[in-house]
Amino acid sequence: MSTDAVLYDHPGPKAKARNLVLTIVFGLAVLGLFYWIYSRFDEKGQWAGSLWKPFTESSTWTDYILPGLQGTLQAAAVAMLLSLVFGVLFAVGRLSDHWWVRLPAGAVVEFFRAVPLLLLMFFIFFGVPFITEQPMSIFWAVVLGLTLYNGSVLAEAFRAGVHSVPKGQSEAAYAVGMRKSQVMTHILIPQAARAMLPVIVSQLVVLVKDTALGYIISYSELLQLGVNNLAANYGNVLQAAIVAAAIYIVVNTLLTSFAGWLSRRTRRKGRAPRAAGAATQQATIEPGLGGGGGVV
Amino acid sequence: MAGPGDRPRHPFDLKVPMDVFSDPSNRDVYITGFLWILKLTLAGGAGALVLGVVLAAMRVSPIPVLRGVGTAWVNIFRNTPLTLIIFFCYFGLFSTLGFSVVDDIDLNNFWLGVVGLSVYTAAFVCEAIRSGINTVPAGQAEAARAVGMTFIQTLTIIILPQAGRAVIAPLGSILIALCKNSTIVGTIGLMESSNAMKDLINANGNAVIPIFLVFAGTFAIVLIPTGYGFGWLANRLAVKR
Repeated sequence: MSTDAVLYDHPGPKAKARNLVLTIVFGLAVLGLFYWIYSRFDEKGQWAGSLWKPFTESSTWTDYILPGLQGTLQAAAVAMLLSLVFGVLFAVGRLSDHWWVRLPAGAVVEFFRAVPLLLLMFFIFFGVPFITEQPMSIFWAVVLGLTLYNGSVLAEAFRAGVHSVPKGQSEAAYAVGMRKSQVMTHILIPQAARAMLPVIVSQLVVLVKDTALGYIISYSELLQLGVNNLAANYGNVLQAAIVAAAIYIVVNTLLTSFAGWLSRRTRRKGRAPRAAGAATQQATIEPGLGGGGGVV
Repeated sequence: MAGPGDRPRHPFDLKVPMDVFSDPSNRDVYITGFLWILKLTLAGGAGALVLGVVLAAMRVSPIPVLRGVGTAWVNIFRNTPLTLIIFFCYFGLFSTLGFSVVDDIDLNNFWLGVVGLSVYTAAFVCEAIRSGINTVPAGQAEAARAVGMTFIQTLTIIILPQAGRAVIAPLGSILIALCKNSTIVGTIGLMESSNAMKDLINANGNAVIPIFLVFAGTFAIVLIPTGYGFGWLANRLAVKR
C-alpha cells in the first residue's frame, strides 16, 4: 500500500482549512523547539565564534577531521572485504549437506550475531594479548570485531539469498550434470549475490557506523580525532560532534543512495530472484529511503 | 567442571572461571553489569517504541510539517553512529548544556544513555512500522475512508493493528539490537556488562577466555532464543492473506 494519500481523502475546502491551521500550529511548535535549542546554546555561550571558527581553518580539517575520516573508511573497507569472505564461507557452510560442517558454521554465525560488538572488541583488544602475550594492534582489533559480527550477519543474508533462488535453477543445474559445488558456485551464489546486493550495501552503512566503536578502544577514527582530540584543543565538543555527525550522515546517505540505485538497477533487469524470507524482506524495503529497515 | 591438575596460567583451564566467579565481588560486577543492560533495554525499548510509533504516524500524516520532521529525524539519527549519539548526550547535553536528570552520577548516566538509545532506536522503529503499514492492502484504508473514518481513526483502528502484526519480526530484531547496543552506554562510564568484562579481564589475565565466554554466553543464551521466539510469534500472529 502506498502511504501517500491512501490514509486520508483528497482534502476538500474544510479539510484544507483544517490542515492549514494544523500546519501553522505544528510549524510554530517546531520553530519554538528550534528557538529553545538556540537559546539553550546561547545561554551557555555555544554560539561564540571562537568555537565554530576552527572549522573554517584548513589545519582543522587536515590535522583532525580528514585523518579521522580516513581511519574510519580504512577500517570499514578492510572489514567489509573480510566480512564478505567470511559471510560467503559461513553461508555455504550452513547450507552444507554434512552435519559436521553445517552445525559448527551455524553455531559460529548465531554466536557472533548475538554478542555485542563492543564486548567482542574488548575481548580482542584487552583479552587476546593475555593469551598471545603480544600487544594487539588497535586497527586489527577493530577490523576483526567488525568482520566477525558483520560477516555473520552477511552469512545469514547470503543464506536467505540462496534460498530465494527458485528451486528450478538448482534442479536444472543438477539435471545437466553439474556437481554440488558447481551448482553452488555457478548457479546459486551469483544469483543470490545479485538479489542480496542492496542488503550488502546497507550492511556497509552499519559497518561505517560501527567503526565509531573503535573510539572506545582509542582507534584513530573520526570520533576520536575529529571530536575528542579536536575538542581537547578548542573546547568545542558540541560543535565538533555536530560536524562529525554531519560527515557520517553524508557518507552514509551516499552509500544508501548507492544501494537504492543498485536495487533499481537489478530490478530493471527483471531476472533477479524475488527476495524471500523476513530477513531479506525487511532489508530490501525501500532502500532508497535509507537502507535496511532492520539493520540497527 | 574443575579440571585435574594445577595449571592456573592456562587460559583454557575451566577451573579458573569457577574461581573468578566464585569471588562474590566479581560476581557482583557481573550481575550489576547485566542489570544495567536489562534496565537500559527496558527503558530504551519503551522510549523507542513510543517515539517510533509517533514518528511513523507523523510520516504518514497529511500535515507536511510533521512529515518533514519525521523524515529528518529518521535520516539524521539512523545515519549517525550510536557511539557518537551517546557521546553527544554526555559531553553535549550534560557537560556543555547542563542537562541533568538526577544528582546521582550513575543514574544520571543511565538516563542520558536511555535518551540516546531511544532517540536512535526510534528511527528504526519508525521505519519498521512504516514498512508494516505498506503491507496492509490499500483496500483496507479505502474501505475505512468510505465509511467516513478520519485519518486518526483509519490509522489507529484499521491500519496500525494490522501493521503491528506484520512488524513483530522486525521489531524483535530491533529489540535484540537495542539490547546489544546498550553496551555502548559504557562509553560514558556506566559499569555495564562490557566494562565489567574489561575490568575482570584486566584483573584476571589468566582466565580471559572463560570470562569472555561467560559474558558473551549470557548474551547468546538470552538473545538467540529471543530471536527465534519473535520469529515464531510473527508466524503465529501473521495476518493470513
